[in-house]
Amino acid sequence: MEGLEHILQEHPFFAGFTAEHLRLVAGCARNRRFDAEQYVFREGEPADEFFVIRHGRVALEIAEPGRAPVVFATLGQGEILGASWVVPPYRWMFDARAVALTRVIGIDAACLRGKCEADHDFGYEMMKRFLPVVTRRLHATRLQILDVYGKR
Amino acid sequence: MPANAFTPSVYRVARRRRELAGVVTLELAPLSGAPPAFAPGQFNMLYAFGVGEVAVSMSGAASDTDTFVHTVREVGAVSRALGQLRPGATLGVRGPFGTAWPVAAAAGTDVLIVAGGLGLAPLRPAIRAILAERARYGRVTILFGCRNPGEMLYRSELAQWRRRFDVDVEVTVDHAEPGWRGHVGVVPALIAQAEFDPRETTALVCGPEIMMRFVLSALRERGVADEHIYLSMERNMKCAIGLCGHCQFGPAFICKDGPVMRYDAIAGIFTVREV
Ligand SMILES: Cc1cc2nc3c(=O)[nH]c(=O)nc-3n(C[C@H](O)[C@H](O)[C@H](O)COP(=O)(O)OP(=O)(O)OC[C@H]3O[C@@H](n4cnc5c(N)ncnc54)[C@H](O)[C@@H]3O)c2cc1C
Ligand code: FES
Repeated sequence: MEGLEHILQEHPFFAGFTAEHLRLVAGCARNRRFDAEQYVFREGEPADEFFVIRHGRVALEIAEPGRAPVVFATLGQGEILGASWVVPPYRWMFDARAVALTRVIGIDAACLRGKCEADHDFGYEMMKRFLPVVTRRLHATRLQILDVYGKR
Repeated sequence: MPANAFTPSVYRVARRRRELAGVVTLELAPLSGAPPAFAPGQFNMLYAFGVGEVAVSMSGAASDTDTFVHTVREVGAVSRALGQLRPGATLGVRGPFGTAWPVAAAAGTDVLIVAGGLGLAPLRPAIRAILAERARYGRVTILFGCRNPGEMLYRSELAQWRRRFDVDVEVTVDHAEPGWRGHVGVVPALIAQAEFDPRETTALVCGPEIMMRFVLSALRERGVADEHIYLSMERNMKCAIGLCGHCQFGPAFICKDGPVMRYDAIAGIFTVREV
């Protein structure tokens, strides 16, 4: 458990987290590894985990029948993966595929939600870190959609 | 200001290379003598005879003293006429004009180069100058974003830079194609993970203005001070010597106070609409 706390503490998402809060997260955490081309999760499956990427790269993609899947973002070292664990009905909205060997810390969503509910200080701290990431990605997606390069 | 500020010199297209659909690189040689020296970041006014004149940055190495190299995207009448010029054709050249990237002042610091799309063209002379004297700089990182893998400017040169062990090169695309194994997403998103010391970093940024706004906020989030961030700005040019007012940007003129501007000098007006 101590090892996991240490890894979490080094991750940018948890920078400045108190030891007590880190312990709460680590209590729901486990190490996981995905080989290249292995799916971390698939659209529609229960979002029962939240991932802290240690290294590697994960492609987020949306599958369309009869077409190659469309990759709309990649995530890597220092980033977090998955927001569906916070939002009912807790199901993944897209596929996540490792494009290289990827090591993550998987955090059990029900466990984490339970602790956020039981200790609102902890829950607020989690959300304060979580929301900016989600907002940044929303802004980035807007920029991506604007298609700013080239002739307009 | 060059002596011939208003009179174009005649150059001929020595070489022409298609980079992408609608984007060509022209190597221009003067009909006589050698081109004047320029600094990375500066631009010339290129005159397609009978059509008009537009500002285009140098995209070749400043150490190449035989020709001017320009990479042109065909967007309208003038740039299209320039893009159609074949080897041997002639055109008018005025310049060099404008301010330069702080290549010498950045020595001793980490250098972070952030380019979007054709924004890599004005940065290429700076990259070549920095790599030619690599030992003078700390970590050197090049972050490049483009629409899709097929629109990667200077693809083979990017690959060469990537093969060096003393430069970090990351390329990201907005839209991937099956088989693309690199980053997908916008270039500002790469800044959070890039390895540099924010207190000792010089950032050189060029790309569409909206992309630069996002880059600025990502740089600030990492703690890079405004006075260490340099942007290359674009406005329509006419005289290129600070007389006509066409390129006015708040109290500044892009043609002489820019195109390369230190962000702290323009922060107040950068996000103001219609400046
Ligand atoms: C300092 C400076 C450096 C520049 N460096 C380069 C360079 O290295 N390579 C290069 O290709 N261009 C560069 N430009 C931009 C170039 O000057 C313009 O693309 C050119 O003026 C367009 O003129 P035009 O007559 O062909 O098109 P216009 O008839 O003026 O425009 C046609 C259409 O294209 C749009 N348009 C104009 N400029 C751009 C643009 N830059 N990007 C997207 N759409 C545009 C217009 O809004 C219009 O809809 C630079 C500009 C400046 C100020
Ligand atoms: S182009 Fe005339 S003032 Fe700048």
